[in-house]
Amino acid sequence: MTLTPRRILILLPLAYLALFFVYPLLAILGRSLDGSAFGLDPFVRLLGDSYYLGRIWFTTWQAAVSTLLTLAVGLPVAYLFARREFPGKTALKAVSTVPFVMPTIVVATGFVALLGSRGLLNTFLMDIFGLESPPIRVANTLALILAAHAFYNYAIVVRIVSAFWANVDPSAEESAAMLGAGRIRAFLHVTLPILMPAIVSSALLAFAFSFTSFGVILVLGGPEFATLEVSIYELAARLFRLELAAALAIVQMAFTYVFLLVYAWLQRRASVPVGIVPREAVARPARRAGETVLVFALALGVLVLLSPLLSLVERAASVGGGYSLDHFRGLFSNERGSYFYLSPVMIVWNSLRFAGAAMVVSLAVGAVSAYFLSRPRRRGTSAADALFMMPLGVSALIMGFGFLVAFNRGPIDLRGSWVILVAAHSLLAYPFVIRTLLPVLRGLPPALREAAAILGASPVRAFLHVDLPIISRALLVGAAFAFAVSMGEFGASLLLVRPEFATMPVAIFRLLSQPGEANLGQALAMSSLLMAVVALGFAAIERFRYRDVGGF
Amino acid sequence: MTYRIAVAALVLSTLALLAACGSQDEDRELVIMTHDSFDVGEDVIAEFEQANDATVVILKAGDAGLVLNRAILEKGNPSADLLFGIDNTYLGRALDEEIFDPYRPDNLDSVPDHLILDDTNHVTPIDYGYVLLNYDKAFLQEAGMSPPSTLEELTRPEWKGRLVVQNPASSSPGLAFLIATIAYFGEDDDYDYLDFWADLRANGLLVRDGWSDAYWTDFSMYGGDYPLVVSYATSPAAEVFFSETELGEAPTGNVLIDNAAFLQIEGIGVLKGANSRNLARRFIDFALDTRFQEDFPDKMFVYPANSDAKTPEFFRFAEVPAQPARIGPAEIGEKREKWIDAWTDVVLR
Repeated sequence: MTLTPRRILILLPLAYLALFFVYPLLAILGRSLDGSAFGLDPFVRLLGDSYYLGRIWFTTWQAAVSTLLTLAVGLPVAYLFARREFPGKTALKAVSTVPFVMPTIVVATGFVALLGSRGLLNTFLMDIFGLESPPIRVANTLALILAAHAFYNYAIVVRIVSAFWANVDPSAEESAAMLGAGRIRAFLHVTLPILMPAIVSSALLAFAFSFTSFGVILVLGGPEFATLEVSIYELAARLFRLELAAALAIVQMAFTYVFLLVYAWLQRRASVPVGIVPREAVARPARRAGETVLVFALALGVLVLLSPLLSLVERAASVGGGYSLDHFRGLFSNERGSYFYLSPVMIVWNSLRFAGAAMVVSLAVGAVSAYFLSRPRRRGTSAADALFMMPLGVSALIMGFGFLVAFNRGPIDLRGSWVILVAAHSLLAYPFVIRTLLPVLRGLPPALREAAAILGASPVRAFLHVDLPIISRALLVGAAFAFAVSMGEFGASLLLVRPEFATMPVAIFRLLSQPGEANLGQALAMSSLLMAVVALGFAAIERFRYRDVGGF
Repeated sequence: MTYRIAVAALVLSTLALLAACGSQDEDRELVIMTHDSFDVGEDVIAEFEQANDATVVILKAGDAGLVLNRAILEKGNPSADLLFGIDNTYLGRALDEEIFDPYRPDNLDSVPDHLILDDTNHVTPIDYGYVLLNYDKAFLQEAGMSPPSTLEELTRPEWKGRLVVQNPASSSPGLAFLIATIAYFGEDDDYDYLDFWADLRANGLLVRDGWSDAYWTDFSMYGGDYPLVVSYATSPAAEVFFSETELGEAPTGNVLIDNAAFLQIEGIGVLKGANSRNLARRFIDFALDTRFQEDFPDKMFVYPANSDAKTPEFFRFAEVPAQPARIGPAEIGEKREKWIDAWTDVVLR
């Protein structure tokens, strides 16, 4: 085997995965299962226990239903952003992805402020109708978990599908309509099959996130709804049964791998070359009254979805019955002279620089991996694809312990280093880059590249002038998600980092760890700041253009 | 191909090694591993650094359970010299795992006997607090109720759907309150702690996984539906301290029932294999000194173990239980798993 530039390139993601994924994972699993001498004992115990079998079943079906719900919410909004122009679209798009990064405890307080028995909505309804008791009751129910998963993950569907949809030539659909197919039939038989790779891509991510769900289950669901991830945490962190936790993590990985494999295979099968046209030719303002109503209703729907977050901003700005910026000002003072105090400027800067670094690493790793996975007719592509997605299917707790065991002494001593943070964040972020790029790369008509080659363009030149302009949009969506994953990641507590590396979610949790109005107020002020930074970050990434297809 | 991956991994790891390996002078750098809730004044740490011509690095490693897990995983070759945050619910486990070297600071005599965790001096007590039920004063007043005077009362209809607790399998106050109920009802009495929990369950008990979820989303003080929550004895004082308006009285109160509050004692120990062992010992002396002991109460909302240390003025809003439940760390260490399993069976499954 000779070292061609192409082979050297694929070494990059492989070395990264070997060092930051496989090595720590093997280190912790080896250590945990040491006592049982790699025997099957812990597995036999787990799979023979009806409780854990129940957890596996629950984890699976709730993830499946959550994914369907996420698609149901996300697809109409994807249509809105891909096919319609309307005033305020850029801003709405930027804020629509904010839920994805918000800490669950913050979202939960938003739910309470809005839907709690003494929340805004209930008080309002009781006032109007003179009711004795609050009409809306949302206790910690299964429905709340499923809804919360949709709330968190719908943006994945919106972003990935709309980025793909926005450049799909609408003429096929129009021809179908002209040939007499109804609008619904044209959509089902023409548009939907074309979009399928992107839909499967986003469904895979939504499924993986719901399957390993932890925060949502703990905060919004309650202990009776434990997923595998929650059980792993309880076994390891509280009961010190590390060998059982590791065994359960392996069971969780096995299941995730099978599901990822099915998705990868589905997506590959669904791929067809797609006619690519500039966005301007695709998205247009609503023409008929019916369309206007639809656009309006969908935009309103997004705002309703965001209302728990908006209620938080309101709560952050209210102090003792009136409005003031006291909570925001409070963030700037270290009243009690704490060793761990960090100014919000520093905290925001931490979040931004770690997210920036994680984004760069994710783009490099994700883009190269996606490029290799997109090559047609290779055996084992689906298997490799699912493998590349595995960081999403591994227990965060086990992975955190793995980092600890692997990087706490020579030869690789990363204790307290920021490298460990960026490595952990990018591990969860690069799968997004792969998933956003794959549908576009597979949809690239090979004729384009061939034409460039025939006209004498070198492979590099063909890539820069043909491939890159077409995939740049998907690349930006991948970058935006990599950024978002890192901004919202709270895994720092599972790693061993220096307090001066605290990011915004870490600061929010710290404030919420003590009682008192001012702590809640400041936590919500910090949350508002997080929302603003994320929305601005998204808007900035969106503005970035590389020879957009719009230049055709 | 595999050969090349190995080469690339080697190159990368060498680079990482060069980037990350600073030389670690013995007794020049002190690394303390602790839980997320640890807090202390920056000037206090600076004083220690100056007096000992050393640098202090504090690494936070998740909640108390995760921190202990980490120390066990790294046994013999620890990331840190000191571990702060082992309490009496985890002490038994920590001693079993032999992660600490013993050390008895000279100023240990300033700590009253009932706070001494461990006769073998592996862990030095630094602070303590009480886990008990808090109640929302405004809510109870509006409902014309007074706080319960026995735990049995909580199983009666007037308290239906009024209590939120934390899951002992995932939360430290949750476990502490479970232990208190075991001390209160006993394990094999006619009506034991499991009977009590079964009755609570039938009476609309809400179980949350963590303190924050329970306090910020379910406690009626913050918009939830439950006027009773498992929290800390200092929480009412913290409510006054962090109030948006000047308060003459705490908005919440402690339910003071004998044997229904858990005395949680937290300590520090030198990890086996520590790099800077002498510095670590000097830090333990320093941590028991009144300078340090008077600094942290308004940051961590716990009481200083040193009986000479004064507590902040606003601590008067925190009523202290006269007779907390006491079960020794050895017994807790031995039965924790069994208790949690039994509780889970009765309350969650």
